[in-house]
Amino acid sequence: MRDFISERAREIPPSGIRKFFDLVLTMEGVISLGVGEPDFRTPWTICESGIYSVEQGATSYSSNRGIQKLRDALSRHLAQQYNLSYDSNTEMIITTGVSEGLDIAIRAVTDPGDEVLIAQPSYVSYAPCVTLAGGKPVPVRCVEKDHFKLNPDLLAEKITPKSKALLINFPNNPTGAVMSKDDLKPIADLAIDHDLVVISDEVYSELSYEKPHCATATVGDLRERTITLNGFSKAYAMTGWRIGYLCAPPELCDAALKIHQYVMLCAPVIGQAGAAEALHSAEEDKNGMVNEYRLRRNMFIAGLNRAGLPCHVPEGAFYAFPSIEKTGLSDSEFAERLLHEQKVAVVPGSVFGEGGAGHIRCAYAVSRQDLSEALKRIESFITDL
Amino acid sequence: MDEKDLEILRILEDNSRLSAEEVATMTGLASGEVTARVSALEAAQVIKGYSTVVNWEKAGNSEVSAIIELKVSPERDYGYDRIAERLSRFRQVKTLRLMTGTYDLQLIVTGRTMQEVSRFVSEHVAPMDRIRETATHIIMKTYKENGNAFFEQPEPERLPYSP
Repeated sequence: MRDFISERAREIPPSGIRKFFDLVLTMEGVISLGVGEPDFRTPWTICESGIYSVEQGATSYSSNRGIQKLRDALSRHLAQQYNLSYDSNTEMIITTGVSEGLDIAIRAVTDPGDEVLIAQPSYVSYAPCVTLAGGKPVPVRCVEKDHFKLNPDLLAEKITPKSKALLINFPNNPTGAVMSKDDLKPIADLAIDHDLVVISDEVYSELSYEKPHCATATVGDLRERTITLNGFSKAYAMTGWRIGYLCAPPELCDAALKIHQYVMLCAPVIGQAGAAEALHSAEEDKNGMVNEYRLRRNMFIAGLNRAGLPCHVPEGAFYAFPSIEKTGLSDSEFAERLLHEQKVAVVPGSVFGEGGAGHIRCAYAVSRQDLSEALKRIESFITDL
Repeated sequence: MDEKDLEILRILEDNSRLSAEEVATMTGLASGEVTARVSALEAAQVIKGYSTVVNWEKAGNSEVSAIIELKVSPERDYGYDRIAERLSRFRQVKTLRLMTGTYDLQLIVTGRTMQEVSRFVSEHVAPMDRIRETATHIIMKTYKENGNAFFEQPEPERLPYSP
């Protein structure tokens, strides 16, 4: 028998957290700060509308772009919330989570050999998606000294004639960094000077604690070259509903739509019904959750610093990304020993690519009670080192 | 009263047992300032008290609660205020509100037995001047109180790790 596995499938690395995953399942009493999703339940109005849509028999395919009612509501929401104007009929696709949006956006713009610049540390699927599309992922390091914002000088160093796209994610997973309009301006200039398309994953846009989120497409003349990705998972605690969206000027959007219609057809319709309801009635629920994350963040960051793990204050998302360098352990050793010795699960920073080593990612999307218990355990872990 | 006061109130309404230090780290204030703000809110009677939401059924206590609707003739110059204040002096009356709709005042009354509650209503509430009509509804079971569900909800299964 031949070896059936493709070069590309072989090329992409296995998940860096797999071994922890298997380990944690054999243990009891673990507090997991390793989960990149809200701990809240989906607000009940959203659940009800999902149930109702099933009862009404709304269980067939929707149009490729997604349910009209959802797109119209989204178009209004984006205008109101972020000053983004996207036409619901020509510039928007409802996707199966941001994961799918990311994949079709990358495939829509990447030719073999194209370099895709990725601001790292980053979400784990960016580089593999670029590889699968035949492109070459080029990490651009975001450093702690800059509060993990994307530094235009470090970006400029990595731009070559082959650079085609820039992939960014602010508020950021795993660092919690955000970029203001002023921070994005020099990035926009570089993108325009070097004729790059910008793919901006803004799935944590609602979780911006200090100031309102600045949408990448609203900076300078970026809109015409930006693909905006976002979704309902993080803001409305809807991870399992799998609803995201892609917004871009018509030409880019149509290219992504062609891929979407062949590989996905449409996003889950029950999820789409829930998402429409989220925009309609869950604003207060969302605000309550955001407020709670802010409180937990303050509590957790103070605790980490007390425990001797210096941590910049993350202004968005629900992750803390403290440095563990002065413990003398590598981030993998740290995560492994913390799990074995104190039963706290965190994710080693090196999983998130360049610039992640020497840090751990702690998701504070867990109850305050669990958070303070986790802090106690981390503190005793450090003391015992 | 500013945004920080409101933030403190929301935190304490959810859990009044948090220490000043805990509230301070959550709000980004110094703990001394939290203490001072809470004292000021207490003095201004914005904070009216601290209590615990108890599932008495689970605690094995068979106390009886009832919602009592009253139709009341309002008084010239005072409206419902004087009679409402008078009713609220009874220890048995835990909650009292003026309502829109088909009746005027709503009371939540507790007692050890149903007899005790009905005796309280018939002996003390119904005979009061200006009360035209009473309707007593015994609470059979509480499912949710002050935002707290009293029934078991299975913990949703989350993956221990997700990227």
